Formats: sequence, C-alpha cells, structure tokens
Amino acid sequence: SVNHDLASERQTASFSVEKLTAWLDGGAEHTRIRRAVVEAIECDPVFSRENQYFQSQNERYEAAVRKAVHLQKKMHEMGWTENGPEFKYIYRALSGDVAFLLHRIFMRSISVLGSDKQIAKWIPLASQYQLIGSYAQTELGHGTYLQGLETTAVFDNATQEFILNTPKISAMKWWPGDMGRSATHTVVFAQLYVHGKCYGVHPFIVQIRSLQDHSLCPGIIAGDIGPKMSFEHIDNGYLMLQNVRVPRENMLNKFCEVQPDGTYVRLGSQQINYFTMTTVRISLISDEAVIPLMKACTIAIRYSVVRRQSKLKPGEQEAKILDYQTQQEKLLPQLAAAYAFHFINDYLQELFEKGYREVQRKNFDTLPELHAFSSGFKAMVTQYCTSAVEICLRACGGHGYSLLSGLPSLYTKILASCIYEGENTILLLQAARFLNKCFMAASAGQPVPPSVTYLAAVKHGKCPAKTKVDFLSPDIYTEAYQHMAVRLVSSTAAKLQDLIQSGVKKHDAWNQCTVQLVQAAKAHCHYITVKNFAETVEKLKTEAGIQKIMKHLCDLFALHGIFSNAGVFLHDGYLSGAQMDMVTASYLDLLAVIRKDAVPLVDAFDFTDKNLNSALGSYDGQVYQRLYEWAQKSPTNMQVSPAYERYLKPLLHNTRSKI
Amino acid sequence: MGIKVHEAVMMAFEIVIEGPAEALVFNDPDFQHEDLNFLSRSQRYEQAVRKSALMVMKLREYGIADPEEIYWFKSFVHRGRPEPLDLHLGMFLPTLLTQATPEQQDRFFMPAWNLEIIGTYAQTEMGHGTHLRGLETTATYDPATQEFILNSPTVTSIKWWPGGLGKTSNYAIVLAQLYTQGQCKGLHAFIVPIRQLGTHEPLPGITVGDIGPKFGYDEMDNGYLKMDNFRIPRENMLMKYAQVEPDGTYVKPLSDKLTYGTMVFIRSLIVGDAARSLSRACTIAIRYSAVRHQSELKPGEPEPQILDYQTQQYKLFPLLATAYAFHFVGAYIKDTYSRVSSDINEGNLSELPELHALTAGLKAFTSWTASAGIEECRLPDIYVTFTPSCTYEGENTVMMLQTARFLVKSYNQVSSGQRVTGMVSYLNDLSRQRIQPQHVAARTATVPISDPVSLVEAYKARAARLVEAAAKNLQAELNHRRSKEDAWNRTSVDLVRASEAHCHYVIAKLFTAKLSEISNAAVRAVMTELCLLYALYGISKNTGDFLQAGILTDAQITQVNQRVKELLAIIRPNAVALVDSFDFHDVHLGSVLGRYDGNVYENMFEWAKKSPLNKTEVHESFHKHLKPMQAKL
Repeated sequence: SVNHDLASERQTASFSVEKLTAWLDGGAEHTRIRRAVVEAIECDPVFSRENQYFQSQNERYEAAVRKAVHLQKKMHEMGWTENGPEFKYIYRALSGDVAFLLHRIFMRSISVLGSDKQIAKWIPLASQYQLIGSYAQTELGHGTYLQGLETTAVFDNATQEFILNTPKISAMKWWPGDMGRSATHTVVFAQLYVHGKCYGVHPFIVQIRSLQDHSLCPGIIAGDIGPKMSFEHIDNGYLMLQNVRVPRENMLNKFCEVQPDGTYVRLGSQQINYFTMTTVRISLISDEAVIPLMKACTIAIRYSVVRRQSKLKPGEQEAKILDYQTQQEKLLPQLAAAYAFHFINDYLQELFEKGYREVQRKNFDTLPELHAFSSGFKAMVTQYCTSAVEICLRACGGHGYSLLSGLPSLYTKILASCIYEGENTILLLQAARFLNKCFMAASAGQPVPPSVTYLAAVKHGKCPAKTKVDFLSPDIYTEAYQHMAVRLVSSTAAKLQDLIQSGVKKHDAWNQCTVQLVQAAKAHCHYITVKNFAETVEKLKTEAGIQKIMKHLCDLFALHGIFSNAGVFLHDGYLSGAQMDMVTASYLDLLAVIRKDAVPLVDAFDFTDKNLNSALGSYDGQVYQRLYEWAQKSPTNMQVSPAYERYLKPLLHNTRSKI
Repeated sequence: MGIKVHEAVMMAFEIVIEGPAEALVFNDPDFQHEDLNFLSRSQRYEQAVRKSALMVMKLREYGIADPEEIYWFKSFVHRGRPEPLDLHLGMFLPTLLTQATPEQQDRFFMPAWNLEIIGTYAQTEMGHGTHLRGLETTATYDPATQEFILNSPTVTSIKWWPGGLGKTSNYAIVLAQLYTQGQCKGLHAFIVPIRQLGTHEPLPGITVGDIGPKFGYDEMDNGYLKMDNFRIPRENMLMKYAQVEPDGTYVKPLSDKLTYGTMVFIRSLIVGDAARSLSRACTIAIRYSAVRHQSELKPGEPEPQILDYQTQQYKLFPLLATAYAFHFVGAYIKDTYSRVSSDINEGNLSELPELHALTAGLKAFTSWTASAGIEECRLPDIYVTFTPSCTYEGENTVMMLQTARFLVKSYNQVSSGQRVTGMVSYLNDLSRQRIQPQHVAARTATVPISDPVSLVEAYKARAARLVEAAAKNLQAELNHRRSKEDAWNRTSVDLVRASEAHCHYVIAKLFTAKLSEISNAAVRAVMTELCLLYALYGISKNTGDFLQAGILTDAQITQVNQRVKELLAIIRPNAVALVDSFDFHDVHLGSVLGRYDGNVYENMFEWAKKSPLNKTEVHESFHKHLKPMQAKL
C-alpha cells in the first residue's frame, strides 16, 4: 500500500503524469520501448543491484563483469542491437552498473579515428568480445592538457614498428577504466617521434594481456589503481610500457599516417583526434548528470512529503517537511534544473548530430563551435547537477547519509563527472576562448556561428520590469540573462585587450583574466539554457496543463539563477535594487505554486523502485519500514562481531589492570 | 620567508600539538595497521575497536588524564576519524556528570569510567531528528514495581543513528517521553542497559543492531534500538533536575534551558572541527597543487605548477583564509562557552540565549562552508567524515532559523526602544541612523577596501539591512493576518539569509580583531592579507547584497574583484608555509597527495599496488566470466 502522505500528493496533480512522461521520452512509443527494456533487465536476477551497498570493491567488480557478459546474451535473446531503438535505454536500466564501458569508447575511437581497413580488422573482433578494449589517455601526472602527455611512440624504420615507452613515473597511464583487470587491448595516446622529430599526440592500439591466459604481455606492467570515491565496480587501471613494439598499422590513421619510409602525412585537421572526447562529453550529459539529478530529486521530494518534522501550526500534526519554505527553496530549484538540463541535452544532441554529419563528410567548420559547446555545457551541467544532487542529499537530513538512501552513491558518481573527460575549469576556459574569439569577430563585423550572434548586439540600458509579475515574462528574464552574458564576455575581452596593450604578455594577460573568463563562459551557458527552456515551453502547445507547469518551472529556473547571482545582474544597474526585490518575491511565490505538483513532477521521470535502489525514494513511500528491513540485511548484523570477543570483552572485563 | 612564517604563525596562534603525545602514538607499533582504504567496513570497525581498547589502556598506563591531552591522544590514535567510543567519551560520560544525581554517579560513573559500562546517547529516532519534542519513544512509570516501562511504539520511533549503539555499547542514555500518573511530562533521559554483561547478547525486550553502510563513518557502528516493554528501575532516570518520586509524583526542573547545555557544547566543538577539517583539506590540496604540473602558461616553457594558475589560487586561497578565520572563531566560542558555563554554575543565565543563538548559527555557517570547501578540494575521505556535521547535532537550516529567531527578537527589542548588547548591538544603530538603502550613496565613498576594519563595517551594514528586511517582511506577513507560524514559514528564506549575514559579520569581526594581537610583524602582515582576502572574497561572492543595500558601489565591487586577484598573487609565495603551519603529521593527513615531502606519484603507485584487486596477477573473474564468454562467442 502507498503511504497516505504520498498518495494524497498524487490526487491533486494539475496535469497528466503519463503524458508528461511520454513527452519527456519524445513520444509514447519511446516510453513503451524504454519500459520494455527496463522490465526485461529488472526481471533478470543477474542484473539485480539489491546487495550493491553491502559489497566490497572486488565483489562489485566481479558483478559488473558478470553483468557485462550476461548482457551480450540478453541482447541476443531479446533481439536488441546496437543500432536499435532499445539500445540507449539499456545503460539507464542498468544504472551504469556494468563493466566494459571503456570497451565501447575503444570501439568508438577506432570507428572515428581509424581507417576503413583498421575498422574492418578491429571492430568485428571487439564486438564479438574476442578482445576487450580500453582507452588510455590520462597519465599520472597529466590530465586534461593532452599536449603534456609524456608516453612516447618512436617509429623504427627497420622493423616498421612503433616502440612505446613510459619514460618516467608521471608518464604512467592512470585511471583508464576496464584496464586494471579486464582489458586485453587499449588505445594508447603517445607522443609520436619519427626520425627524432616529435609530431604530437597520436593514438596506437596496443595489446596488453594475453588472449590465452590473460597474463600481461612482455614489457607491460598493469594493475588496478586502488579504491576511489566511486566507480567501485570499474577496474580503473595503471599501465607502464617498456619497449613495447606494435606494427606500423596499429597507429589509428584515418587522419594522419606514418608511411613505411617514415614520411608523416596529415589527412585532416589535428583537432579531429579530440573528436572522440567531444562526443563523449555530449553523451555523458544525459547519462551521467541529468539522470542522476532526476533520481536524486525523485528520492528527496518523495521523502520530503513522507517525513514530518516540527509543527507549522500549534495543535496540528507535525508538518510534511516539503511544506517548509526553506525545504522548497532547497529542492524545487533543483527539480527545475533537472528539467532545464533535460531540454538543453535535446538541444545539444541535435546540434551534435548535425555537426557529426559534417565531420563524416570531412567538413570541419563546425568543430570549433561543437568543441566549445561540448566543453562549456559539459562543465556547466555537471557542476550544476553535482551541487544539486548534494543539496538533495543534505535536504534528506540524517537518512540521506545512509548508503541505503541511494543518494551518496549518486553523489559520488556525479562528482567524478566534474573531472573526467576534461576538468571543468579547463573546459570552461576552452569555451571562454571561443566566446572571446567570437566576440572580437562580431565586434569587427565578421560572421559568427548563430548561437553566439547575440554577442554582437551589445545593448546598454535597463530592465523594463515594473512589477513582480513582469518577471514571469520569459522575454524579460531571457533579456536579463543575455545582457549579463554579453556584459561579462565583453568586459573580460576589454580587460584582456587592455592588459595586452599595456605590455603584459599574452599568456600572462590570459592567466590574469581566467577567473572572469570562467564566469563569462558559465554565464553564456546559463543564458542559452534559460533561452532554450523558454523556447521549449513556447513550442509546447498541445497540452495546456503540461505547458502551464513547465512554464512555472522555466520561470523558477530563471529567477532562481537571478536570485542566487544577484550581484552580476545588479552590477551595472541593469536591474535595480527594487527590481531585485521583485525577483525575490516572484521567485518565492513560485515555490508555493510548484510545491503542489512536486510529486507528480518527479513521478513523471518514471524511475522504477529497482532503478532508484533507495530506501527513501520508492514509489509507495514506505520509507521507515524499508530502511529498517534493509539495515537488517547488512553484513555487520549477520555475524557476531569478531571485535567483541577479541577486543571488547577483554576491555569490559579486565577492570583491575585499568585502575 | 617560508619557514620563518611557518614557525612564527604557530607560535602566534598556539597551533601547537602535543609533541610527546604525537610521538607516543605514531611510534607505537600497536597502533599500526593496514591502509584503511583497503579494508571492508567490518574490518575497519574491528580496527577502530582494537585501537580504542588499546587507547584506553595506554591512557591509563601513561597517566594521561587532562581532557585536552586526552583529546590530542585520541585524535592521533584515530587520525581524526570517528571511533566507536566517541559517544561513550563525548556524550555518555559528560551527561552522567551533568545530569546524574550523586547516587547515580556512584552507581554508574566509575564503572563507565573503567569501561565495564560502555554507553551511548540515544536521542534521534528514525522519523524524528532535530525537533526533539516530536520524539515518540515512551517511558511509562509503574508505581506498583517502581519501574519505568520503555517502548518504541512505532517504526518511526526506533532509535536510529546513535554511534557505538550497533555493536559496541552495553548501555544507552535513552531520551523518551515520560508518562506518569497518566500525563505526559515531556522528554527525559534514562539509563538503559541494552546488552548482557558477560555475553554481550541483547537483553530480552531489546532489539539492537547496525544501521548499515553510510556515506563515510565506516568505522562507526551507528545503530538502531527498539524497546518492547523493557523495564528499568525508577533510579535509572537521570534525576539531577527533574524527578519522579516513588508514588509517581513529578517534580519539575528549575530551568528547562539547562538540559540544552550538552548540545551547545557539542555544537561549539563542531566549529573547531570545521576549522581542522578545512585545514587538512587545504594542506593536501595546496601541497599537491605545488607538485602537480599541467599545461603551459608560457609557450615553450615547461608545464607550470598548477598553483600558479589564477583559477587554482581562486579555488584554494579563499579556503585557506577561511580555515584560519574558523580557527579564531572556534577559539572564541570555546572561550565564551567556558565563561558562560561558569556563570551558569553560579546561577546567571543571562548570556545563555545569545550563546545558544550564536553557536547554532556559527555551527551551521562553518560546517556548510567547510564542507563546500572540502568538496572544492575534492577529498573524499575528509568530505565524508566531516559533511554529516551539517545534519547531526541540529540540521543546519533549523540552526540558522534558531539564530534568526534571536535576531528578530533583538530587532523587535530595538524597535520598541530597548538597547541590545553583544554581537547584535549593531541593531541599536538601526533606530538611530535609520539606514535607508536609497540614501547611503553619499556615505559609501568612505569604505576603503584595503582596511579590514572598514570591511567589517560593510559586513555589519549588510547584516543590519538583511535582519531588518527579514523582520519587516515577517511583520508584513503578520499584518496580512497570517498565523505566526505561517508568517514565519513564508519568511524563512529571508530569515536564513539574515542569519548567514550575521554569522559572516561575526567571523570577519573576530578575524580582524585577532590581527592586533599579533606581535610578530611578518606574521601580522601575512595574516592581514588572509583577513583581507577572507573579507573581500566574501563580498565578491555576495555582491548582490552589498550593491542592493547601497553599501558598496559598482565601481567598488570592480575594485573588490580586482583586489581579490591581487591578493591571490601576494599570498602565493607563502601558500605552502601557511598550510605547513597547521602542522599535520603525514600519518594524520593519511593522504598520498598531501605528503610533506611531495613525492606524490611514486607513493601513489606503491599504494595502488597494494589494492585488493591487485592481489593476484590474473583476477578470478577472468576464469569465471571472461574466458567462458570468449569461448562461446
């Protein structure tokens, strides 16, 4: 039975949850397919995550490998293929708790960076799991800055081979997933040397373990990097190479090639080498940031209508904690953000697919924009979602800290997304470099990509809003965000120019402006997110009830941003102090409005209880019973604690020696 | 000036650790063990119990009895981590001392001191946390047998979370609603035996166990406790203040505020903990940032230390300044607490309300800030150990609202013509000057942003403005004839902001006040830079408040932002010395990245090789799963 406090929330929904779910999925048919995938995965005991919170790293790893192997069988059984409509839901259904994710990146990098001949050789082997791949880029001493990698690959004319080496400890490959214990092959990124000349970082396919007995190949030192904050199920690894020879054909050579005589030929843009990372950055936004935030909101909001604390009115029952303004102010903006980022992800997917088609045709014009967007939004969304998940965790009080709530594992996992595939500050600076360039171009009257044309339209002036209701107009707040973004981009550009003109060296000037550049890049992404949300709501004509609540969420997302970054909007007087009070008033009013639909809005995300794997967040709201039952399953309760016999007993009984 | 600053800072602030105690622990082979990162939860618990048991023996052996020395000894043994006896030492024993009658002390204190009794403090229930009056556990007095009958009537009333309850303790102080002569007399504390002496088995009527894995606190057996008609003698109620007589007559305590003393004490400790945890995080992050090289600042030159990047300095140095600020706040609260508690012992309760308000707000402010800062440094171990302090001993939002209640009360006193004293005395100025945001433009030109004292004034003006705004909004809601509670709830976001501004002011003020006490010129200079950075960074992160209230102009905000960046460059050369001054031993830091010698990469490799996944060259899952799959496909 459903807890009545939670049940009552569902009776007053202002819209159809089922229809909202279908719309989020991109149509009822997608919802149907997604549910079928989830159903098939969840009814299979091999994929169960029931004991996950009690397992050791070794057990988690073994389970993840077992699942990955079983998944191949399952896909075959169900008739799912990698190009089928079901495929993208599998990862979500497994909550990512499966090994060989890097195997997929291995395959993707060969598909993107390899020649047709290389694709024909490696991809069938990989898809048949005749080998298991990994992707070895990051080194112990070097991360996001690829040019700094120290691993070397020296071409040996005589044998037509590359000789790979790890020249010092900081050059050791460190972190690649699936590499610690599983992988037989990996794509190694190394500095290419031909005839003593360095040609920069290139990818090489290297076998690291025997295909017969899985022992390490000669010259290879590899292992697991040890416990981490999250990803217990993945064998992130280290790799040291000592004079490891691979044939000339093992350098991925769609875009550059070393010919038998050692001649280096470039067949396309150098940037293309980084294209794999661009695609990974875009694809992780939904799976690794938005979905975890949706889950965290579901858990925290459901729990907040079941949990009662203190009294709002004397004589009444203790109030649901979601009825407290401070609790609403913690959770509802995060809910609005989950929706905002769901829509920005749709927008980015579209942009990326367009760009990808161009790249396939060897037209690289869109790459800078794509690269800047993938960097900026990856950083902005993962950072925002990480804080948001943490807010959800803290909003659940003590029980949020129990692993059984599901929130700590969501948090630790999403936190990692701020670092992998490019550390966020560096990514924001890359986006800022693009914005700065576009701003300079736009100021000089040159054409810029459509997404940044707004930078040319520098408008001075003031916000026209007169009452708090005016701030519920998307035109008013979108304009405010645009103004703020333009101001931050242009003032930073001006400062950069000033410094350079006053004789400061270009790189020093850049470093002196980086704090502001980061702020400008965030402002740009925030503006695009608000604008895209408003446009999405605008286009949504069919369902009045859904459009209305989405409009509220859009308003809340936008006003929350202004409320919590008041300074940048007040700075040049675009908003006055009085207008800021109006923003605050409208913002706080919206909390009470959205409060009524909070539970239906998270129900629409349509996570199953097994998928949430949370004692606090399940659909029926039986929070306390579940917490108590699950705790009793803890291994710490299964056995008599050895600590008692060994240490406590002597302590409790041996009184004489103590006195 | 590196090393000199290091020593001078330590002398100036008495950031001295007990050298002998440190050596006693770190050189003692009995306290060594395998890296905790590679142990399971059960193994970690076992290690912690082993060390706690050993620690008690050694304390007696060395004759260490001074609380300060015990504190340091314990912190070295457990390397700053929680341990199963925390609640016994930190709550059970002190509660006996403050709330037990002399007879009860005779019965329980010495056995507890000698650890025949290991106790915990069972307050929080599964469905009830910070709101104490909502607790559901009952203790019903039975005059026929002169016993209390303890019950956990619902699932939500099961005691949940107390440290040491799951596996370690054989006694608990249980907070329960007292019923006598058919009436509920509110919450009272009872000494309840939960496990059989000798076998350690739960007593009949007691269900007790571990609550399972958590985010951190692996070595702690946080527990649950369910009681079914469990009887304890009348003499087991803690009766120093309230009493139940043999016939069931209830005798009220003199002041109900006194029982909150323990919580005020614990909250004041959390402030010091926030400072220490943040200091550890800064030590690791700053040392590592000096070792790590990345990208290039100048074309063609080697990759620079990441600590040379402005963005990295901007992440870390404000935290460093905050760590120092919180040290001073922690020391201030500790002093104030001991002064006020000696007043209380003499029957003077006049300062208790402000102390209560101050510790609540500062506990919330410092734990929030520190935990966000530790996250910024991305240090999992310290983060999970520290961040629960945002919730335990009073959820932070609730704490902020308690402070707000005091602020609004003080504001109302001022409005009705009374004067207020202490940290809120700035509210007195409101009635005289009637700060009007629109009219201060002329006044603002006088805020020199390079002077800590005038920045404190700016923080003061901001606090005054936000307290006033919250109080007025609250009044406006009341004028709409909303109920008091409803009006409070509808204003609570404003109220939290007012409390935060108040705490921020108090911290800036205490930091600034500390500067004049420093005699060493070099130390004073570097501390002044940190103090300025703390104050200016706080302004730059909250520009909206300062702009909106007209305390600072646009032009000044631009200057503030500029000055913050200048200070980063000024502090850069002393950054490592400033964290060395915290003087954490490598063993205490427990971090490969934060080592004093900076040999990060070599040690990381050595460390990883010890990982359980590396125990065998080929992992067993290869034979179990991978090989069969490859054979089949």
